[in-house]
Parts: sequence; C-alpha cells; structure tokens
Amino acid sequence: MWKFLLPFAAFIALVVLFAFGLNPKRDIHALPSPLIGKPAPSIALTDVMDPTRPVNNSEFKGQVYIVNVWGTWCQACREEHEALLEIAQQKVVPIIGLVYQDQRDKAKLWLEQLGNPYTAVAFDTDGRTAIDWGVYGAPETFLVDSRGRIVYKFISPMTPEVWQREFLPRIAAARGAGA
Amino acid sequence: MKAAWLIAVALCMLGGVPARALDANGQLEDAALQARFENIAKDLRCLVCQNESIADSNVELASDLRRQVREMLVAGKSDDEIFDFMTDRYGAFVRFNPPVDRKTVLIWGAPFIVLLLGVGIIVRIVRGRSRMPLDDEPSPGPL
Repeated sequence: MWKFLLPFAAFIALVVLFAFGLNPKRDIHALPSPLIGKPAPSIALTDVMDPTRPVNNSEFKGQVYIVNVWGTWCQACREEHEALLEIAQQKVVPIIGLVYQDQRDKAKLWLEQLGNPYTAVAFDTDGRTAIDWGVYGAPETFLVDSRGRIVYKFISPMTPEVWQREFLPRIAAARGAGA
Repeated sequence: MKAAWLIAVALCMLGGVPARALDANGQLEDAALQARFENIAKDLRCLVCQNESIADSNVELASDLRRQVREMLVAGKSDDEIFDFMTDRYGAFVRFNPPVDRKTVLIWGAPFIVLLLGVGIIVRIVRGRSRMPLDDEPSPGPL
C-alpha cells in the first residue's frame, strides 16, 4: 500500500510546490521589506522643481501618506503615471514622489510634460534616502500610517485595480491606527 | 616548442583575472580596511541583479551600497554593524551568508536533514537485502 501511496503523496507535494513557486503572476524579484511596521525613515531633500524648496516627510506627520519612488529611466514608472494622476485626482492621501537615480532636469521635464500627481517631489541626489527606505528599483510605493509607520510596500507599477484592492482598505485601516 | 606553448597558455590564464567593479571610488588607503571592505562587499547581494554581489555588480545601486560600506568602515563601524545596517533595510536576503537564526535554520539545516534521510534509506535497503536468502548458487540446468 505504502509503495503506491508514498510516490503519489510526493507527486502531490511537488504539484503544490510548483503551483506556488512557478506561478507566473508571482514577481520573483519582489522582496518583502523588513521596514513594514517600522517608523518611516526621514526624507530631508529638496524639491525637484525648485532646489531651494525643502521636502521633508516630517511635515506629513500625523497624516496617512504615500511615497512613490520613480525615475525617468524607468519604463514601468511611465506606465503607472496615468494611474497616479488618476489617484491624485481622488485626493485621498498626499503622494510624495521620490526621484531616484535621475537628473533634476529630466525629472522636471517629465512632470511638466506628463502632469504632476505629487503633493511634493523630493529629489534624491545621491541615493542615500533610497538606501534608508530599502529601495532597490523603481517604481516602489510605500504607505505610511498616521503614526508614521510604514504599513505596506508595493513593488510594481501602480494601477487603479491595485489602488482599489491593496491601498484603499489599508489607508482606511491606517487612519484608524492613529486615532 | 611544447614549452613555448605552455608559457603562452599560462600567460593567457594570468590575463584572465576576473573583472571586478570594486574600483568605482578607488581603494581605501588602509589595506586592512580594504580587505574588510572586499569581504563585506562579496557577502552583500546586489538586489537588482540578484545573483551578483555588490562587489561584482556595475549597477548604480551596487555602487551606492559600496560607497555606504566604505563610509561606514572609515567611520569605524564593525562588520556586524554594517551587515545589520543592510539587513535592517533590505532584509536577510541581502546577505549571501545569512546568520543562522529562527528564519534561516531550515535552510542551513536542510543539507543535514537530506543527508540523514539518505543514510536512513541506505540502512533500510542494506538491512532488507541482508535478510534475503542467498540464492546466487548456480542453478542446475542445461548449459
């Protein structure tokens, strides 16, 4: 009996393993962030449009906000831009942009030509802020709750569906957390 | 003739020093620090090209992280402090040799578990065979 059952059980185990491991919808490059649940690192940079204007995430303390990491070199950022504009129109939460590994002029031109969904856009000159946030690519989108903790990180282009499904419920919960 | 051929091959091999991206900002002045730097950089995964270390990778993130490691070394941080800095931000996956802890114990232990399983299977098979009757005497039959 065992002689037949054992290989069969092993086969089923493999099927389950592959169903998870080889799922084409699973992004193997998306890594879980150890920063979830931790206080959001500080952003103390200048605005991409105006180098004399500071952008500090401490100003958003007490609010739920989004940090969206992007760069003009990033094709997927171009893809998600439309969705970000749409989301900005809903005025649910402030969206802080973090320009990563880029040039100020290019980033400026991008926003002028495609529209600016951001409440403020910080320009990360040397990648240090990105390291603090554990950024390893773009686009990456973080959700910070009203206590200033990172509650969620999304690694992929934003879409209206992702916004509906992943962000809105968490934003509602994040608002409750600080009350 | 043969000697010349051998020398040519040896020279080719000498030329084949593996390419490294370590020199992005030049070497550290202190040789001991540089040695530590190279060791740390080899153990940190470049998360963009996930099977390369930041010592080997040319992408911008790797060079940013190398700069970070250099600065922390110069500032007198210990190796552990630097590794902690990286794992705090990028998770244990950033290390090629993650320390043994509750999360990684299964990975580190897996080879030994498999080894034990294999030994167990071999022991079972050998024991089973040793209980079999000897039947390798030549069978009496027409040749």
